[in-house]
Amino acid sequence: MAVTSTENLPLVSEPDVVAIRRRVREISAQLGFTLVDQTKVVTAASELARNTVIYGGGGIVQLESLNGPRVGLRLIFEDKGPGIPDVELALRNGFTTGSGMGLGLGGAKRLVNDFEIVSRTGEGTKVTITRWK
Amino acid sequence: MEKIPILKMGEFLLVTIQVDMHDRLALSLQDDLTRMISQTEARGVLIDISSLDIVDSFIGRMLANIASMSRVLDAETVVVGMQPAVAITLVELGLSLTGVRTALHVDAGMEVLRSSLNDTNGNETITGKSANRDTYGSNFD
Ligand SMILES: Nc1ncnc2c1ncn2[C@@H]1O[C@H](COP(=O)(O)OP(=O)(O)OP(=O)(O)O)[C@@H](O)[C@H]1O
Ligand SMILES: [Mg+2]
Repeated sequence: MAVTSTENLPLVSEPDVVAIRRRVREISAQLGFTLVDQTKVVTAASELARNTVIYGGGGIVQLESLNGPRVGLRLIFEDKGPGIPDVELALRNGFTTGSGMGLGLGGAKRLVNDFEIVSRTGEGTKVTITRWK
Repeated sequence: MEKIPILKMGEFLLVTIQVDMHDRLALSLQDDLTRMISQTEARGVLIDISSLDIVDSFIGRMLANIASMSRVLDAETVVVGMQPAVAITLVELGLSLTGVRTALHVDAGMEVLRSSLNDTNGNETITGKSANRDTYGSNFD
């Protein structure tokens, strides 16, 4: 699969979450996503970016534009935080260890086409999402 | 610090969210509105989100919190102007915005607030609060 371009952005604080939303919006518009699809992928990115900052203690996000055979946008959120002991449980609507609604992970999964999460306790969390055009 | 202005219009408070809100700004809006409702004894809050191009779980929670806090303070909240793409995305995200009343645009939202005011007041006359417009920014407290 051809990756047209890749960029990395830091994900440490709240303003970084805003910056990532903005960048994901720009790239998905450039790739020709419909407005609804742009909104879905930006919303998913916002959820995962916030989780990386709040629970993962910060990390990075990698943004990949894919151009063949299908056009899409892949985002990889990675942190070296405490990890998620039970991923299945964390994906469930309503599960939170913080003060949230427990919607972010499951919601992000529903908003994209491919969703993959690898998390090890004490090592960190990596969430990869892809939304196809 | 940056603030979202709250406009007082008669018995109602109007908020137009025009920026891509970071989380702390959303939290301070929640606090400011709560304080304003009790200070001004406002009976309704209208929040215009037509400029927001996403509503995620955090913003959604803020809207729901504002609605339930204002209800405790005897004020009704209406959220207006949600973009269709945002509404579609919210459903898939799983956010139901329980307890948050919505209307298509500002005029419809005002109508909702006025009629809810009439409902609660029954046949009594509404003891008048002056319909002066004041903008409250960073320094209303
Ligand atoms: N990057 C991460 N590192 C460690 N734990 C995480 C990470 N992301 C999510 N979690 C854990 O998974 C739980 C569920 O996450 P999810 O995003 O679904 O809900 P939330 O963030 O708690 O609330 P919401 O997203 O609705 O505001 C979190 O409460 C947290 O315990
Ligand atoms: Mg979350």
